[in-house]
Amino acid sequence: MTALANLSETVNAASLLPSAVPLQLVDQDGRPSESAGDLAFPAPGILRELHRRMVLGRRFDTQASALTKQGRLAVYPSSRGQDACQVGAVLALRDQDWLFPTYRDSVAVLTRGVPAEETLTLLRGDWHCGYDPCEYRVAPQCTPLATNTLHAVGLAYAARLKKEDQVALVLLGDGATSEGDTHEALNFAAVWKAPVVFLVQNNGYAISVPLAKQTAAPALAAKGIGYGVPSLLIDGNDAAVVYAAVRAGIERAAAGGGPTLIEAITYRIEAHTNADDATRYRTSAEVSAWLGRDPITRLEAYLKASDLLDDVTAGRLAAEAERLAEEVRDRMNADVSTDPAELFEHVYAQPTAALERQRTALLTELADLEEPAQ
Amino acid sequence: MTTVMSTAETSGTAAQAPASQHLAPAGPAQVTMAAALNQALADSLAADDRVVVFGEDVGTLGGVFRVTDGLASRFGEDRVFDTPIAESAIVGTAIGMAMNGLVPVVEMQFDAFAYPAFEQVTSHLAKLRNRTRGRLALPVVIRVPFGGGIGGVEHHSDSSEAYYTHTPGLRVVTPGTPADAYRLLRQAIVCPDPVVFLEPKRRYWSKETAVLTPQGPPIDRAVVRRPGRDVTLIAYGGMVATALEAAEAAVEEDWDVEVIDLRSLSPFDDQTLTESVSRTGRAVIVHEAAGFGGYGAEVAARLTEQCFHYLEAPILRVTGFDIPYPPPHLERFHLPSTDRILDAIARLQWDGDNA
Repeated sequence: MTALANLSETVNAASLLPSAVPLQLVDQDGRPSESAGDLAFPAPGILRELHRRMVLGRRFDTQASALTKQGRLAVYPSSRGQDACQVGAVLALRDQDWLFPTYRDSVAVLTRGVPAEETLTLLRGDWHCGYDPCEYRVAPQCTPLATNTLHAVGLAYAARLKKEDQVALVLLGDGATSEGDTHEALNFAAVWKAPVVFLVQNNGYAISVPLAKQTAAPALAAKGIGYGVPSLLIDGNDAAVVYAAVRAGIERAAAGGGPTLIEAITYRIEAHTNADDATRYRTSAEVSAWLGRDPITRLEAYLKASDLLDDVTAGRLAAEAERLAEEVRDRMNADVSTDPAELFEHVYAQPTAALERQRTALLTELADLEEPAQ
Repeated sequence: MTTVMSTAETSGTAAQAPASQHLAPAGPAQVTMAAALNQALADSLAADDRVVVFGEDVGTLGGVFRVTDGLASRFGEDRVFDTPIAESAIVGTAIGMAMNGLVPVVEMQFDAFAYPAFEQVTSHLAKLRNRTRGRLALPVVIRVPFGGGIGGVEHHSDSSEAYYTHTPGLRVVTPGTPADAYRLLRQAIVCPDPVVFLEPKRRYWSKETAVLTPQGPPIDRAVVRRPGRDVTLIAYGGMVATALEAAEAAVEEDWDVEVIDLRSLSPFDDQTLTESVSRTGRAVIVHEAAGFGGYGAEVAARLTEQCFHYLEAPILRVTGFDIPYPPPHLERFHLPSTDRILDAIARLQWDGDNA
């Protein structure tokens, strides 16, 4: 009876399904696309900013990868190739909204305004999260797959209960859509009409496992219909469409329409991390093909053809990117400063008596080590 | 050291000040543990707008044990609400709500049904304060009816405390009496740390005449429920009443047994426990959960480390067997009984031998 009631409330179940072809605003050659659906083309200023942030993010990403090879970072999961998702989604956020990133979303975190050094604290390894989540409204980068989807739904529903205009955007990958938490999150979000946007960056592989072994669904976005969540399938290498789709999701959520599921088709150019060997599970021809679909090149072509980007501006941007890379190098090449006593500080609001004893024991042990040999 | 006010004490106070009766807290009344928990939730919801209560069947039904009875109608669906059946989501969304300034109190319907939430509890709830250097506090309370003794079929009687106490960052507490159930739950809800609140379901209907107040021993302290000179009997949750029965029965054997109710399983109140065991020189720890790798092992190890030179005998454990929880017709063979506790006390080398 309840199920029937829900069905009659849904105007048209098929309207929850994504389009058959990924939505696109700018095609692979940098021309306006025919597959725009109902999505609005971003204003020129936003397009220029999407480009600028992608150039900066790419430089940050390549610098972080290089520093990892030099041993300055513990690990770095590159998002090269997914630049349009990282930047387009974050620029669509309003100031009061929250971002729930994963470990692969360092460029998204940087784009949200978190300083480079604080962004890389986790991956350098001096603490688990280097920034204040409340200051930037960015949750700590999440490693256990899909678990952050539920945090986003909870935060969003709390905003609704408090009658505050605030939307949560959660980032996840294709592999994470197989985790139970993703399904629980979509279901809770739909039942609660929580103002949340789910952005699945479908880069084709969960470490080594290709999408065909991950799901039999016609599209990951098609999973939304089972929960009553409207879905969009988009070209994840088109920054304009990522921005427009996430923005539409945010506006829908803010207006009380509940959650949206967006699947963005993209590709991870680098291996899973520096510790991974991608040649074991994919061909170089496949990587080359995706290198030809570079999101920055595409938007650059559009901006130049539309007289929105000239060589002088591009040159200034390249210099800005080099300054960012230099800053990242300087910060990451500096010696790490850690305090062993801090290990006991944040376990509880106040350290327990037992933790105080353990801290004293550790500090005594360290002091003994520093004693000069007799 | 006992925390429950005696009836005589409180009724005397009330008799002296009849004029201010409407301002004074309600006088002592007989209350079950379930009703005391219900009152604690109601008073917490009334005291703080940020408190929300949610879980499976906690709304209209009032919970399968009726602990949330009447709360949804009194406080409305924005404060007390039913969720879809998904425990990971209940805890995971509670984390997000706490990040946004709410104080969620969630219910896991039964101990074993809390396991789907384990990843959210251990990887996020317990760690987020630490991961963010204290910038994100998560004042979440997870209520879990736990333990056996109610004739429940499988998956309804687990004692899961050791899974949680082994996780740094969580507080794990469990009440042994109705009055303390009220106090501990009020304290857990105002605590800035995440709290796993284990409710001994076999004691939901136990009664006590008491004044319900959040005042008294703080959330992280054990209390002496029965002072004694000869041996320290350590219990928590559903085993507190069993331990008190055993202590009364031990009088016949001329053993003066001190019973300590741990209340806080994590952190552990070393001070109260070492003071008692150093004084009595003997200790027995009782719990329903399997002994191997169980909570009693930690208690025995700590007290041995801290009180070794005062001990007259090894610290013994009386626990459930190392078996999956038995079916209803067999659970009486598994659960610690007063006889088993008395047998353990008898083995504490009273004659100086090693028997």
